[in-house]
Amino acid sequence: MAIEIEQHSVGLSKVAVSETHGEDSPYFAGWKAYDENPYDELNNPSGVIQLGLAENQVSFDLLEAFLETHSEASSWGKGASGFRENALFQDYHGLLSFRKAMASFMEQIRGGRAKFDPERVVLTAGATAANELLTFILADPGDALLVPTPYYPAFDRDLRWRTGVKIVPIHCDSSNNFQITPQVLEAAYSEAEAMNIKVRGVLIANPSNPLGATIQRSVLEEIFDFVTRKNIHLVSDEIYSGSVFSSSEFISIAEILEARQYKNSERVHIVYSLSKDLGLPGFRVGTIYSYNDKVVTTARRMSSFTLISSQTQHLLASMLSNKEFTENYIKTNRERLRKRYNMIIEGLRSAGIECLKGNAGLFCWMNLSPLLEKPTREGELALWNSMLHEVKLNISPGSSCHCSEPGWFRVCFANMSEQTLEVALKRIHNFMEKERELESKARLVKDF
Amino acid sequence: MTRTRLFRSRSSEEKEEEEEQHYSKHNITTSTGMRVIVPLQGVVQGRGGLFLGSVIPCALFYFFQLYLKRHRSQPNPPPPQPPPENSGGQLAEVSVSVLPRSLSRVHLSPRSPGGPAYVSGRANSIVKGGDSPHDVGLRKALEDPYHQSGNPDGVIQLGLADNKLSLDLVGEWLAKNAIFGEELSIGGIASYQPFDGLMELKVAVAGFMSQVMKKSVFFNPSQIILTAGATPAIEMLSFCLADTGNAFLVPTPYYPCFDRDVKWRTGVEIIPVPCRSADNFSLSLTALDRAFNQAKKRGTKVRGIIISNPSNPMGSLLDRETLYRLLDFAREKNIHIVSNELFAGSTHGNEEFVSMAEIIDLEDLDRNRVHIVYGLSKDLSLPGFRVGIIYSFNDNVLAAAKKLTRFSSISALSQRLLVFMLSDSNFIQQFIEINRERLRRMYIKFVAGLKQLGIECIKSHGGFYCWADMRGYIPSYSEKGELELWDKLLNMAKVNVTPGSCCHCIEPGWFRFCFTTLTEKDIPVVMDRIRKITETCKSHS
Repeated sequence: MAIEIEQHSVGLSKVAVSETHGEDSPYFAGWKAYDENPYDELNNPSGVIQLGLAENQVSFDLLEAFLETHSEASSWGKGASGFRENALFQDYHGLLSFRKAMASFMEQIRGGRAKFDPERVVLTAGATAANELLTFILADPGDALLVPTPYYPAFDRDLRWRTGVKIVPIHCDSSNNFQITPQVLEAAYSEAEAMNIKVRGVLIANPSNPLGATIQRSVLEEIFDFVTRKNIHLVSDEIYSGSVFSSSEFISIAEILEARQYKNSERVHIVYSLSKDLGLPGFRVGTIYSYNDKVVTTARRMSSFTLISSQTQHLLASMLSNKEFTENYIKTNRERLRKRYNMIIEGLRSAGIECLKGNAGLFCWMNLSPLLEKPTREGELALWNSMLHEVKLNISPGSSCHCSEPGWFRVCFANMSEQTLEVALKRIHNFMEKERELESKARLVKDF
Repeated sequence: MTRTRLFRSRSSEEKEEEEEQHYSKHNITTSTGMRVIVPLQGVVQGRGGLFLGSVIPCALFYFFQLYLKRHRSQPNPPPPQPPPENSGGQLAEVSVSVLPRSLSRVHLSPRSPGGPAYVSGRANSIVKGGDSPHDVGLRKALEDPYHQSGNPDGVIQLGLADNKLSLDLVGEWLAKNAIFGEELSIGGIASYQPFDGLMELKVAVAGFMSQVMKKSVFFNPSQIILTAGATPAIEMLSFCLADTGNAFLVPTPYYPCFDRDVKWRTGVEIIPVPCRSADNFSLSLTALDRAFNQAKKRGTKVRGIIISNPSNPMGSLLDRETLYRLLDFAREKNIHIVSNELFAGSTHGNEEFVSMAEIIDLEDLDRNRVHIVYGLSKDLSLPGFRVGIIYSFNDNVLAAAKKLTRFSSISALSQRLLVFMLSDSNFIQQFIEINRERLRRMYIKFVAGLKQLGIECIKSHGGFYCWADMRGYIPSYSEKGELELWDKLLNMAKVNVTPGSCCHCIEPGWFRFCFTTLTEKDIPVVMDRIRKITETCKSHS
C-alpha cells in the first residue's frame, strides 16, 4: 500500500537541505557504480574494480593473527568487573591506557623523533569527526580555512557543512610537483582578504591525499612560519603517517615544533586515525593532538558527540601497547605498501602512464592529461566516465579534489588483492593500447 | 566511573536579565521587531497631538535602533559572571544560550609573545564557562568515591544516570559468548561500513525497541539511523529540524545536557516551558501554547517540541491522551515533535508506557513531524559502547541524518557484538524483566528511605531517578538557597545529587536523586548521611 508522503510540509533546516554534502560529484557517483556492480574474481569478473577507496587491506592478516593469539584483548580480563568498568565507561577523556597506547604508537611511527603526551590526546570517532570538531573550535561561521589543492574531496563536507566555515584553496600545480610555496600561501590569504573573509588557519594533509607524497621539511618550516606570521592555526592531518614507504622520509610537524622547543606551538593541532595505517576504518578511531590547552579542553568536551566505543578502546589499547606487535606491524605494512606501489607504478609505466613521484599513502597520483580530448574539466570527466563505464575501473578525477589542472587521477592500490590489481592494470594496458590505436588511425586519416 | 556532562546553571534573576538582553538583542538585529511605544499624550498637545505623540517617539526609537544596528558590528555576548566566593567555592554562572559571534581573545599564553592564535566564539563560550554544580559534583565523586570497605567516607554518587543494577547479567553473557570466534571475527567489520549502522544491527535494535515497549509497536529497521549515542542523535535532529536562531520548546525541568546537545554547535535555542509542582510537574498544553505565542511575538521561529518520556528528572510517563493533544498542537503550529524515549525499557511502575510511535502507528497523519530518540545506554546498561537511535517517519530527515552520521558512527566491532547479543531474544527478554524488577525494588526502597526523612518524591514510573521535594530544607526559597543545600549535601554529607536549577526547574528546592548506582546495602548509608544534613537544615518558615 503506497502511502503518500507529503514533501516539505514541515520545515527542515538549511543544513538538512543544503547541497554542501557534495554527494552529487563524480567522486561518489563512482562509488555508487562500484556498489551496484562490484568486481569479484570468481563471481563477477567483469564488475567495476574499486580504485577509488583509500583502504588498507594489505596487512590485515597480522591483525587477525594478533587477535587469535591474544584473547585478553577481546575479553575483559578480570571477568565481570573488567567488563563492568568498560561497559559503563563513557568518560570523554577516554581510557588512559588507550591514550597512552595511541601516543606511543604515534611516537613509534615517527621513529621516536617526536614525543606525544597522552594528556593531549583527544579521542573522536574517526578523523572525519576530528577535522570537523577542530573547525568548529578554530573558526566561526563565515570564516575560512586555507587548504592546498588537490585535496581530499570530503573536506568540502567535513570542514564546511555544519560549521558554516569556508575553504579557500591554496592553488598548487604540477610545475613543482604540487608543492606548497610561500607564494601560493600568500596568494590564497590575499584572495580571502579580498573577499573580506577572515582566515583562521591552514589545514594540510601530510602525507598528502591525493598526491601520495610527504611534505618536505623545508616546506613544513615555511608553512609554520607563515601561520605564525599571520597568527593563525595550523592543522596537520597526518592520518597516513604510518603508511610512508620508507621510515626516514616522513617529517611530522611535531618534529619541527620539537626542534624549535615548542615556541609558538599552541597554534598547531595534529589529526590522526587508525583507519589508514592500521586498516581499521570500521572501528571509528580518530584523535586530535593539540599543543593548545584550551583547544584540548574544548575538543574533549565536544568529543561527547563522537566518542569511541569503550570496547574498541580497550581492545586497541591492548594491541597498540604491545611494542613487539606494533614495531613489526609498522615495518611490514611499510614494505607491503612499497611493494604494491612499485607494482602499480611499473604497471602504469609500461602502459605509457606517468605518475607523480610518491612515497606514501594508499594511492598514486596518475597523469592522464595526454589522453584528454580537451584539456578541461569536462574533458577530464569524459575520460573518467569512460574509465568507469567502459574499462570498469573506479578512479577519482582530480576535479573532485579541486586540482587546478585537468587530467590527474587518484588510483588506490591497497584495498584489493594483488591478483585484482593485476587485472586492473591489464585493463588499463588494454585501454591505453586501444587509445593509441585510435590515435594513430586518426593521424593516418588526417595525413590523408 | 563515568563522568562529565557539560551544562550551565544560572540564578533566576540572572536568567531573566539574560533573557531580557537576548530579547532586546533580537529586537535590534531583526528589522521587523520594533517596540510599541505608548503615545506621549501628555507631551504633545493639539490636534495632531495623539498622532504625533505616537509617531515621533516611534520614529525616534526606530531610527535609534537603526543607528544601533549599524554601529554595532556584532551583538555583544552577555558578560560571564565571575565565580562567587563561598565556602563550597566554585559556581560560576555563565549564560551560553546565545553563542557569542563576537570573539574575545584567548588569554595570552606564556609561550606566545606574539599574541595568541584565535579560537572561535563557540570554543570561547565553553572555555570561559565555569563549573556547574553538576560538574563539581561529578569531579568530587570521582576524586573521592565511596566504597563500602575501602572508602566508607567517600562521596556517594547519586547524580549520574547509570544503571548498574543488572550489569552482571550482561557481563555473564559476554563472558560466555564474546570470544573471537566465527561470529565475532574481525574480518568484515574492520573495513568501512555504512555510517548510519549495519543493517543487521538496525534489525536487532528494531526488535529490541519493540520488546522493550512490550510489543506495543513494530519498528521498521529502514527508518532507523544509528549513531554514537543519544547525545549526537539529539544534536543531529537539532541540526536537521532547525536553523540557527530557531528554537525548540522544552518542558522544564529537563535533562541538563539538552542545553549542550540542542544548542551548543547548532545555534538553536531552547525555550523552557515551565511545569509546576502544583500539577505534579506534568506537561500543560496551555503553558506550551503560551510559550509558543510569546516566541512568535519576539520573532523567534519555533521548530518543534522536545519531550522526554519517561521524563528526566521526574520519571513520569505521558499518557495516551496527552500524546494525542501534543500531536494536535504540533499539527496546528506546523512544528516537529522529538520524543526522547531513552528510558522506555526502564519503567518500574504500574502505568503503561506509550511510545509516540504507537500514536502515529494508529493514525497515519502527520508522520513526518514525529521523531523518536532512543539508545542502549540506559535500558541495556551499555553507555560505553555508544549506541543511539533516531527513529523517524520523515524521509527527508532520515536522509539528512544519515549523512550526518559520518561524524558519529558506532564502532563496527561493538555493532557486531550487539547484533549477537540482541539476537538472543531469550536473554534479552529475561534481562528486561529482571532489570525492571530490580529497578522497582530499588525505587521503592529508596523512596521509602527518603520518606522516613520527611522527604517526599513525585511519583515516578520509570527511569533511574527520584524527584525529591526538599523545599523544607533550603535556607531561602531561591536558587541560592537550593545551591547551599546542594553544597552541604556534597561537601558535608558527601552525597552527590543534582539540584533542580541544573534542570531549569523554576521552583527552587527540588533535587534529583539517582538510585541505580547503589546496592540495597548502600541505602541506609545514604539516608543516614542525608539525615545529618536535613536535621540541621529544617527551615523555619
